[in-house]
Amino acid sequence: MKKLALILCVFAGGILLINAHYLPMWGDPESPASAHLSPFFIENAYAHTNAPNMVAVVLADYRSYDTMFEAAVVLAAGLACFFLLRSRGKGRKGGPHYYRHIPTGATIRIDEKGKLPREDSKAFRPIDALWTPYDPIIRTTCRCLIPFLQIYSLYVLAHGHYSPGGGFQAGVVLGATIILLAISHNLKTSIQRMSERTAALWSIIGVAIFAGTGLICLLLGMDYLNYEILAPFLLSDAVMARSHSILIVEIGVTMAVMAVMVWIYYNLSSAGQQDEGL
Amino acid sequence: MDAVAYFVGKYNYWGCIFLFFLGMYAMISKTNLVKKIIGLFIFQTSIILFFISASFKHDATLPILMEESKGAIDPVMYLNPLPHVLMLTAIVVAVATLGVALTLTVKVYRIYGTLEEDEINRVIQSH
Repeated sequence: MKKLALILCVFAGGILLINAHYLPMWGDPESPASAHLSPFFIENAYAHTNAPNMVAVVLADYRSYDTMFEAAVVLAAGLACFFLLRSRGKGRKGGPHYYRHIPTGATIRIDEKGKLPREDSKAFRPIDALWTPYDPIIRTTCRCLIPFLQIYSLYVLAHGHYSPGGGFQAGVVLGATIILLAISHNLKTSIQRMSERTAALWSIIGVAIFAGTGLICLLLGMDYLNYEILAPFLLSDAVMARSHSILIVEIGVTMAVMAVMVWIYYNLSSAGQQDEGL
Repeated sequence: MDAVAYFVGKYNYWGCIFLFFLGMYAMISKTNLVKKIIGLFIFQTSIILFFISASFKHDATLPILMEESKGAIDPVMYLNPLPHVLMLTAIVVAVATLGVALTLTVKVYRIYGTLEEDEINRVIQSH
């Protein structure tokens, strides 16, 4: 099997190498990829939308159908993880449970038949069996870093028109901060901050903001996702309406991507239990 | 030295083709499902690099408009924004599909107790 795979890969790779002379040279300004559509995008992006970042313009305006369905694919991936893995019912059954008695700092092990402390108990904090939770350096560093990372991701979102950035990047950074909280503390801490229900709702609302913007355009008598008709509602002319609408749909993308990243992480790291995990 | 200029002038494609078939070889030949997923990811990375390298132009800058050229815009001055957009979304979708793939391996591990393909086949045949 390995030999067959090697022969197949070398054979197919050889065909590609032989046919590489059809491909344009590295950095050729006249290459077919740069010849037809992209000069139009580069020349007209600023005049059409008043946003200097052409990538954001192409992403959220010229190719907004594509982006909308990409967000829908990300949402579908989150749903797939949920339906495949999530086990219903209480996670805290069977097995030994570990609790930290906060006043003394002692860790208590409670076996299968033992009585668990109350969920809202101030004196006991549940800790994961496989995770040594108390590492002050990592915890403190992450606590200091997370707010700045979140502000930075909001900057990336809001400034996406003018500098490298946009909805997808901001969503990934924002989701990474929640995952960082889960890694540096434990899964329960981050679920307390952002529950699974919140993640599911945010991802659906994010896609709905994007699709809803298009639907409003449609209801007002324009094409789907043709933002120019929104100008009276955004108190601006047609060009600025497209600029503002890019921001609106980017916010939707950010919410969807961030929530889905967190949601997939919750389900994967705890194998669907959402009780103990990384 | 035309041949040398040819090979140097297309070095991005050689790298992409190498990574492409490295990932494909891993996907075909490895029996461990996690290694197959890693192969899939190398495969995706090669496609992303291919698209990004297709957007490159000599003496061009990032596709973000500079202050001085807001009047007359010369397309030769800026990189092609379209491949960037396509790959921007592709990267996020790749992460999401990676999540689904890992979910499926968790599911497979729960049912068969292993991630080795031949052992899974043995369990299926013994039933």
